[in-house]
Amino acid sequence: MVLKVMSANQAIAEAVKLANPNVIPVYPITPQTTISEYLAKFVADGDIKAEYIRVESEHSAISACLGASGTGVRVFTATSSQGLALMHEIIFAAAGLRAPIVMADANRALSAPLSIWNDQQDSISERDSGWMQIYAENGQEALDSILISYRVSEDKKVLLPSMVCIDGFILTHTVEPVDVPGKEDVDKFLPLYKPDHAYLDPKRPMSIGTFTDPNYYMEARHDMEVALEGAKKVITKANSEFAEIFGRKYDFVEKYRSDDADIILVAMGSICSSIKDVVDELRDKGEKVGLVRVRVFRPFPTDEIYEAIKGASKIGVLDKNVSFSIGGVLHNEIKAKMDVDAYGFIVGLGGRDIKPEHIKEIIEKTKNPTTQSQWIGLNKEDI
Amino acid sequence: MEISDKEFFAPGHRACAGCGATIGVRLALKVLGENTVAISATGCLEVISTPYPETAWEIPWMHVAFENAAAVASGVEAALKSQGKTDTTVVVFGGDGGTADIGLQALSGAMERGHNLIYICYDNEAYMNTGIQRSGATPYGASTTTSPHGKESFGEDKPKKNMPMIMAAHGVPYVATASISYPEDFMKKVKKAAEVEGPAYIHLQQPCTTGWGYNPAKTIELGRLAVETGSWILYEIEEGEFKVTYRPIQRRAVNEYLNAQKRFKHLTDLEKERIQSHVDAICIELKI
Repeated sequence: MVLKVMSANQAIAEAVKLANPNVIPVYPITPQTTISEYLAKFVADGDIKAEYIRVESEHSAISACLGASGTGVRVFTATSSQGLALMHEIIFAAAGLRAPIVMADANRALSAPLSIWNDQQDSISERDSGWMQIYAENGQEALDSILISYRVSEDKKVLLPSMVCIDGFILTHTVEPVDVPGKEDVDKFLPLYKPDHAYLDPKRPMSIGTFTDPNYYMEARHDMEVALEGAKKVITKANSEFAEIFGRKYDFVEKYRSDDADIILVAMGSICSSIKDVVDELRDKGEKVGLVRVRVFRPFPTDEIYEAIKGASKIGVLDKNVSFSIGGVLHNEIKAKMDVDAYGFIVGLGGRDIKPEHIKEIIEKTKNPTTQSQWIGLNKEDI
Repeated sequence: MEISDKEFFAPGHRACAGCGATIGVRLALKVLGENTVAISATGCLEVISTPYPETAWEIPWMHVAFENAAAVASGVEAALKSQGKTDTTVVVFGGDGGTADIGLQALSGAMERGHNLIYICYDNEAYMNTGIQRSGATPYGASTTTSPHGKESFGEDKPKKNMPMIMAAHGVPYVATASISYPEDFMKKVKKAAEVEGPAYIHLQQPCTTGWGYNPAKTIELGRLAVETGSWILYEIEEGEFKVTYRPIQRRAVNEYLNAQKRFKHLTDLEKERIQSHVDAICIELKI
């Protein structure tokens, strides 16, 4: 294994090169931009044999992905924040048309006020679309998750699109050592995409995206629910084959020193690296704290999360998003699905730093809760 | 002109009696043949042709949304190219709302990028699918449900957006206007559009019995009146060269066209004269 130093954006571009899609329609947006640049260069240098479409908007990027996917080829795009929001209408259409599109989202706050910095409001707001969502902790996981996502999305039992989410700037622009797997190994893990469900072939005419009355619509949506739930088995199998070939084992959730923990924090994405440091520090002082990192957010791994947190007396859930008047989305979903004593903390919106002292504050407030949900890291003078 | 007796758009769809859009699709597909992929924008055509589990399309067809047909087609064209299937024609059918209004950005992008596809705008001059609301392609003086005539209004008070010229400004190799009432002229243009390398745009006027307000038996006649009065001009722009493709032997009075439709019934003589002099100015310039 030769480790190369690169940003998560470059790691994603390397993964796309290995997956070798036929069509790449992209529109640049901060902090996704370097993904579109790396891919443009790969195509210009002949390293990827793909049609690179310089679309005029993110709406057209995802629309062109859907058209291309309709012909039965592998596609890729990447976006962020406002771009994802602009795609919203077609995000739902892509899942409904069962197109196995893989897209990277560089997590960034939504306007207004305008912010280019990180939180996870953009992708969380697409949670009801039927897409699968993975939140990566680092560049290596970002690369690996692209490959796993193609494998799962293209599985005939699934046929739903996937979003690989990486924290804007914190991951997109931070360089780390990354193992870029060999093409031969990737080909073993990710075979050529050969759909037989629906494609635009004059030899076998088919109408895709028809007008549907109340006699059929609900069945189509129910099929999506069944497929997304069923994807859990496919994800498990893909994870274990990935581990066999590449030696890196992923799961729906990652448990970090949580088995005997009295207080467990639950979070997604890059913040988990900081939480692990704080957990280590407090463990050294004899405190029984741990972390459960939710990696796969859709399909929602209820059983896996519950198994990982049920032993704790209290749980603190960090959300880099807010559903106004009800709190963080991950916190609310955990509360809705599980009988656990969980408290919610809204953190890091619009790139607000989450420092070790904030994480310690959250642990203290989880131990001695005064309210179900609160915001951490607000400027005191503004309160 | 030899016209194929093969049909790629089946009868039995849900269009209104006298629908002009379906005539246009039928004629276009006779020219393009079976090795064609069609993309539709949301609209009348999509709704009436694909009530699941039925379809009128005997070629592969895809619909995603209202404003993105040109972007979907861009993806289809690129994907076919990546598979070496360059002999398959990609054609888009978008209504005037899906083309001149909500889909203009995606269309502009597709044209500027040079995808090898044909975009046919079937223009019935308002949002007919939702019940006759004004679009950018609604002509001056027309009464629609969102530009109704009344005590303070004579209906639509802006001229029709000039879509074909906007497309021509993109420098694409082929742009044409057409009418379903001149099938040979239209079909020749579809053939040229298929033969050019790069994007082609055809703006097809098609009367709409419900939206324009006339007897469904008169669709073809209405389309002819539009052209014979100079209200709709048939031309093409090939590699930048403008040419009128049909000249009425004797141009008829615009009133004959306006008076045949409910949407113009409210216009006063003064307003009709204003429309006539606008038509005259254009026709004199083009020697029609």
